[in-house]
Amino acid sequence: MEFEPKLVGFLCKWCSSAGADLAGVSRKSYPPNLVPITVNCSGRIDVNHIVRALKDGADGVLVSGCHPGDCHYTSGNYKTWRRVALLKHVLEDFGMNPDRVRLEWVSATEGEKFARTVEEFTDEIKELGPGPFSNAKE
Amino acid sequence: MPKNKKKIGAYWASSCGGCDVALLGLHEKILDLLDFADIAFWPAATDFKYEDLKGYGKNELDLTFFNGGIRTTENEEIAELLREKSELLVAYGTCAHQGGIPGLANMSEEVDLFDTVYKGTPTSTNPENIFPQESTKKDGQTLNLPGLQERVRSLDRVVDVDYTVPGCPPPPDLTEDFLDLLVKGALPEKGSVVAGTKSVCDECSREWNRETIDELVRPQETEIDPDKCLLDQGIICMGPVTRSGCDGSCPEANMPCKGCFGPPPEVEDQGTEMLNSLASVLQLGEEGQALEQEKELLSDLPDPIGTFYTFSLSNSILGGKVSEGGENDRT
Amino acid sequence: MAIKPRIGVFICHCGENIAGTVDVSGLAEDIIGYDNVAFSTDYEYMCSDPGQNKIKEAIEEENLTGVVVAACSPSMHEETFRGAVEDVGLNRYQCEIANIREQCSWVHGEDGDKPTEKALKIIKGVVEKVKRNVSMEPVEREHADKCLVIGGGIAGIQAALDVAEAGNEVILVEKEPTIGGHMAQLSETFPTLDCSQCILTPKMVELNQHPNIELLAYSEVKEISGYVGNYSAQIERKPTYVDTDACNLCGDCEDVCPVEVTDEFNQGLDTRKAINIPFSQAIPSSYTLDTDACLGLNPLRCSECAEACDADAIDFDQSSEYVEEEFGAVIVATGYDLYPKEEMGEYGYGKYEDVVDGLQFERMLSATGPTGGVVRRPSDGKIPENVVFIQCSGSRDPENHNSYCSKICCMYTAKHAKLYKETVPDGNAYVFYIDIRAGGKDYEEFIQDVQEEDRVLYLKGKVSKLKRVDEKMRVWGLDEIAGERVEIDADLVVLAQSIVPSKGTDETSKKLNLNLGANGFFKEAHPKLRPVESLTGGVFFAGTGQGPKDIPDSVSQGSGAAAKAIDLLSKPTLSHDPQVVEIDEDLCSGCGLCVGQCPYDALEINSRGVAEVNEILCEGCGTCASGCPTNALSLRNLTDEQLTEMIHAHIGD
Repeated sequence: MEFEPKLVGFLCKWCSSAGADLAGVSRKSYPPNLVPITVNCSGRIDVNHIVRALKDGADGVLVSGCHPGDCHYTSGNYKTWRRVALLKHVLEDFGMNPDRVRLEWVSATEGEKFARTVEEFTDEIKELGPGPFSNAKE
Repeated sequence: MPKNKKKIGAYWASSCGGCDVALLGLHEKILDLLDFADIAFWPAATDFKYEDLKGYGKNELDLTFFNGGIRTTENEEIAELLREKSELLVAYGTCAHQGGIPGLANMSEEVDLFDTVYKGTPTSTNPENIFPQESTKKDGQTLNLPGLQERVRSLDRVVDVDYTVPGCPPPPDLTEDFLDLLVKGALPEKGSVVAGTKSVCDECSREWNRETIDELVRPQETEIDPDKCLLDQGIICMGPVTRSGCDGSCPEANMPCKGCFGPPPEVEDQGTEMLNSLASVLQLGEEGQALEQEKELLSDLPDPIGTFYTFSLSNSILGGKVSEGGENDRT
Repeated sequence: MAIKPRIGVFICHCGENIAGTVDVSGLAEDIIGYDNVAFSTDYEYMCSDPGQNKIKEAIEEENLTGVVVAACSPSMHEETFRGAVEDVGLNRYQCEIANIREQCSWVHGEDGDKPTEKALKIIKGVVEKVKRNVSMEPVEREHADKCLVIGGGIAGIQAALDVAEAGNEVILVEKEPTIGGHMAQLSETFPTLDCSQCILTPKMVELNQHPNIELLAYSEVKEISGYVGNYSAQIERKPTYVDTDACNLCGDCEDVCPVEVTDEFNQGLDTRKAINIPFSQAIPSSYTLDTDACLGLNPLRCSECAEACDADAIDFDQSSEYVEEEFGAVIVATGYDLYPKEEMGEYGYGKYEDVVDGLQFERMLSATGPTGGVVRRPSDGKIPENVVFIQCSGSRDPENHNSYCSKICCMYTAKHAKLYKETVPDGNAYVFYIDIRAGGKDYEEFIQDVQEEDRVLYLKGKVSKLKRVDEKMRVWGLDEIAGERVEIDADLVVLAQSIVPSKGTDETSKKLNLNLGANGFFKEAHPKLRPVESLTGGVFFAGTGQGPKDIPDSVSQGSGAAAKAIDLLSKPTLSHDPQVVEIDEDLCSGCGLCVGQCPYDALEINSRGVAEVNEILCEGCGTCASGCPTNALSLRNLTDEQLTEMIHAHIGD
């Protein structure tokens, strides 16, 4: 059976979840591997949540928020930007492929971009294979 | 000998010995302790053998201070034995509490560790490539050495721990406070870390302003302002993610906190929490105007694991080096 | 948790929209075995009346403590379902939507069982969230009723009038002796060429006479503190040494005053006396004694004005008065200044008398100005035959000056050239420009008219050099379209000088805790969606303090800011979304890392050394909760535990 990665997606409510909704409305299909969690702001996402997800068996984690300058709360996405940047550096030192964590800005009008992002991310993780703590069936 | 005199044990597992010295650091207080209890097992200070320990009944020791992490099969065996023989088992010091500095070895494979220790260091001469073996036969005799385990673990990951006295090493007054509570029968709920319940910032007298951080510097690279928050000065200080109880002794001495008291009560992973907090506030100039520079600065941060997980790597969520491919233990 | 949660899961078919892809009845069966799920069902259209009734009945019959509706996006029907659960007494925050349409069935039509598996995970995640949700009620707080308007230019005037018309009390604070701002200095306004004072002064009078408005001219806000709905300000009324009510504007004092100084209102093209009125229609209509210029407020040194005043209006003993007031809302309309001469090395600005800026030229064109509306060059009073207008002076020049476009200069330069040509029909007007930005209503037509009818010569290119040669200003420039150098001997050069935030902007931003953008203008809460609001609750922007804009835009923003202030003041209490951050004081060490992370200044470390959140200011982003190093902060109904359990539910085993 082909490796089907388990992916968790943290989407901010105002931009990225709305972008995912638009992907739905415009029927832009993408793989079902990523299960979304909508949060108020990408700034609500803490490095611990991402590491927790990876440790619990996720093969990849997507964090998606508003484009720089467009954050509904003005600056939450900048915090996320830095948190993810440092996390990737640390994950690499831990021996994990930092590409398992992806940060992407998706606005409410970018349904196509959301669909493409999930598709690309799923393909990329399939290519990388199961994560260090993967519980995906192979 | 007064009736009901208590029996106390102490043991060192994977540690540097500093915690045993810290017990002696009680000075004359140790005499008070001896009025109250007899030392029934303390290999670092008195002549006891494992056979003596095995001879004790279940819970015969009233209390054992256990320092050091669990690195070898011997450490684990004795931890289990002491657990059985002790009414109260105390994880004493950072290594027993969090794995400590030896836990940083969790970033390396056994073969690399041996290679470094027995060959790679500047003072090693080992042309014949002799490495420790768990079992060696010579002249018909077999010599057995304890085996190295895959990972350094903190004591509580191996046996149940009743109390923890943190610190590298625990400051004398913290040990005294613990003993006072013990003598008075006023120890807190089992499982407690007997120290503060907030973070080092609570005890630190430095002033903060929480404006932008212009750069990250190492303490030796700058003249540290003795009154300003170290983080505000761009020095990575683990104070915000480290349990209080040390009276902020490092920052008060103009050095950043390294995190030896482990995380505050509600923090699972001290290192991850710190990297998260640092990244949250590391802002070069106006927010959002220097994203690429900030990313670069953070991505180039030297030795992040040594910095953020100095004492707590063993107990971190990831626990140490992982390998791609799904075969890592998820416990 | 005292009561074991009993969650009901309601799965919508949405016709075939969900049911066509997802096995809805299978989901309803599968979820019933999940922790704390006490009831589940599926229905064709959950949002319909019968669908909502199913939810209401189940809440009552099954004693549900929480509801998950697996349906379309929460942006569609979250309100609908929350309203429904409220009808039967369940707190609205105990109802959450699992989005299995937009984010599942609609995008995974070809994937067999997988959409059903994914939908189940989404639902489980939301169940994990709902069972940990707390019931919440909106946060309510009282507020003060007055509105403070800072700045009495056209934007502030419009804002004050609108707020007052809606029945609210307004205090308008203006630092100059008169309101009117820069608009009072203008001659005519583009593109209609109405006389600026003719349209402005009636508004000034209306403001002055409005029963709901108190005008504090020649005053400044010294201190202001508080938060949305509850600001307290201390305002200094500087002494004018003239009793406003007694002064009858006869002008005798001015006639006898022996001191002459530069007249700021006329942009230095003229002089005024130490006792003066900026212009005859000034409001308040009274003289002001400028103490910097006056010989000393001392009858022994000079008391000519006091002696000349038949109305006994002059009072040397006046001193500053301090007014303390509470305000519910604040409108900041502090306006602009011209980019200072000192910053400009080029074009001889500040060096040659016959190089003037746009506002000076306005005064020359003004019938009430120093030249009585006749354009005369400052050096010798001659009527200029050749006038060169240079656009973007100090603007759009990131290497040397301001990078931004000052927005109004293309239009006022065209107006200047037109008015010049009307007064000097034989004269020649040249305009050097980078490009023409005429993006307002009837603006482009105006420019075309100036170019074609008034025969103003537009030269696309920059001026490279400008030097005084005999009595002329020799201007070297490039005509990019013709591809040749040009050299013009001008009698007068007019610079379309860049506009910058007014001098006190920085100070005002500090007093009110407002953010400034990179160019020093006030930064709005959101560049597109909240352009008149600041990030400080209850503080709104009007006019050019927020960015360069023309009169109609300033007036619109004044009305916009007023609408926001009225909206706030008209509420009996301020109500706020209760999903805010909470603080566990036992865990908080007062490290203050959260304080700097909050974009709304909702957090502070209180006197007990722990963080405190102002629930009115908190917008609930949760950034601080994630950034808190001891996890003392948590976002209500999106706690770390909720997120962790949602992650578990999604990854499973």
